[in-house]
Amino acid sequence: MKILVPLKRVSDPDNANKIKISAAKVDTAGLEWKPNPFDEYAVETALRLTENGANTKARLGEVVVVSFGPKEVEATLRAALATGADRAIRVDATDDQLDGDLVARALKTLIEKEKPDLVLLGKQAVDGDSNQVGQLLAEYLGWPQATFAGSIKSENDTALLVAREVDGGTMNLRVTLPAVVSVDLRIVAPKSVQSKHTAPTHTYADGVRFAALMAIMAAKKKPLVEVKLAELAADTALKIKYTAFEPPPARKAGVKVKTVAELVQKLKTEAKVL
Amino acid sequence: MSNVLVIAELVDGHVRKSTHSAITFARNAGAPFSILLIGAGAQAAAGELAAFGAAKLLVADDASLKDALAERVAPTVAAVAKAGGFDVVVVTASSFGKDLAPRVAAKLGAGYAPDIAGVKVDGGKLVFRRPMYAGNAYGYCEITTAVKVVSARQSEFTAAEPSGGASPVEAAAVAPADAAAARVQFVSMEAAKSERPDLGEARVIVSGGRALKERFAEVLDPLASLVGAAVGASRAACDAGYAPPELQVGQTGRVVAPALYVAIGISGAIQHLAGMKGSKTIVAINKDPEAPIFQVADYGLVQDLFTAVPELVNELKKG
Repeated sequence: MKILVPLKRVSDPDNANKIKISAAKVDTAGLEWKPNPFDEYAVETALRLTENGANTKARLGEVVVVSFGPKEVEATLRAALATGADRAIRVDATDDQLDGDLVARALKTLIEKEKPDLVLLGKQAVDGDSNQVGQLLAEYLGWPQATFAGSIKSENDTALLVAREVDGGTMNLRVTLPAVVSVDLRIVAPKSVQSKHTAPTHTYADGVRFAALMAIMAAKKKPLVEVKLAELAADTALKIKYTAFEPPPARKAGVKVKTVAELVQKLKTEAKVL
Repeated sequence: MSNVLVIAELVDGHVRKSTHSAITFARNAGAPFSILLIGAGAQAAAGELAAFGAAKLLVADDASLKDALAERVAPTVAAVAKAGGFDVVVVTASSFGKDLAPRVAAKLGAGYAPDIAGVKVDGGKLVFRRPMYAGNAYGYCEITTAVKVVSARQSEFTAAEPSGGASPVEAAAVAPADAAAARVQFVSMEAAKSERPDLGEARVIVSGGRALKERFAEVLDPLASLVGAAVGASRAACDAGYAPPELQVGQTGRVVAPALYVAIGISGAIQHLAGMKGSKTIVAINKDPEAPIFQVADYGLVQDLFTAVPELVNELKKG
């Protein structure tokens, strides 16, 4: 199976409260670039689907990673190559040239050329928090979608049984490939991904795999090509235009209570919520 | 002036309360609106939305729409939007809305503003306010296309109340499904069985973290039952299997804003705060006085939760 994984680098999500906001922009200076966590999960999912869990050195399929951005996003792509992806494509663009719709339309062109069996991506990037590219891409391609996947079982690599995490519980769908699947947090649990190559009894370590030093060195030799945005999308006009930013509304400082009785008393007489 | 199409979400033959937030969006946009009820059994549910002031209730009722799959629902939504000359399509940003809205936008060649927290009309243009960076920034954006699709965050648009009258009901043609629909098959729904209110609608939420371990339900249930609360959980508690995933509150789970949010044994990671810091009153119970949750809590109690929560139940029972 050939899998294409679009990834995005985001400013360190664990320090998102340190971003500086002016009316004109969100300033993330001083924050490290990190791979979007959900996209890292998508890479891990792609690796699990193209290997026998008992021998993760042998890739039984192909994993292609794609990112949009300036030269520096190659670090994000190399990191994915080091964990086991086969090759990488960087679509040259600056962040302010892009919105989710343009990324989806450019990916469509790329995918029609690459012809993967599956596109796996994170359900949202944790900077814009939009949750849109997978669905837009599926529509542009005319492919089925399975969003918010908490587990995936390959049915002989022709279809996937996907458990979607939805508001009311878990919805199980079967999608026939090619398809777009966006992944949720629980996809990297030890038994969330069942490839056709791996024994059902196999248990992965929880979370994403880390690259060994040798693999990081070897990743420098893996193919990474650059493509111009204009080659993938004729119309590069943005559909969303941000005009201003502001910090979130501040909460007034709270108080510490000493006892449960004091807490109840305050909730009843001060906050009046009980 | 805009003409807004509100997409209603149907669950088990009834309109989901989340729909009322999308209606509030339409009212806030100061525009006439119609509501599309789409799904198997939509006709029977139309009465539930009769008195909200919609110009029309459009009903697309067909057995093929029963599982609310985007590949089947989106073509009809797009066709109805085009036929009715609607230039804004809104759905509440539930898992249904988030799955569907981008597909509709792509069909209509429309820009899509996801998970918005506010709308205003500025010089004849609609400007949308939306949370980003786990709620650490709000951006104001415009959609540059003539037709606009948005999803509205339920916790930011207070559920609309009926305004009286009876909107006329009209049948809407069901468009053919996408070719992709032949390649997606609904298998089953493992519905969360709970007598408690939905997280998006509850006035009180009692939410637990990993510290509760296997005693998650044992400790939280008596308190939740006593105050009629919904139960929520941190990501850590869900990942560890102490609570089912649909209870997760946070940036990537449910975003809630109840009158009272009680965080029990939750440290308060940025991602969790993003899902609950809009709550009116926040209580934190945690034995670690340095836990970040105390920075957003109106009332903090530094105590072991295994003694504090039962004590809280007893204190509340005293009346």
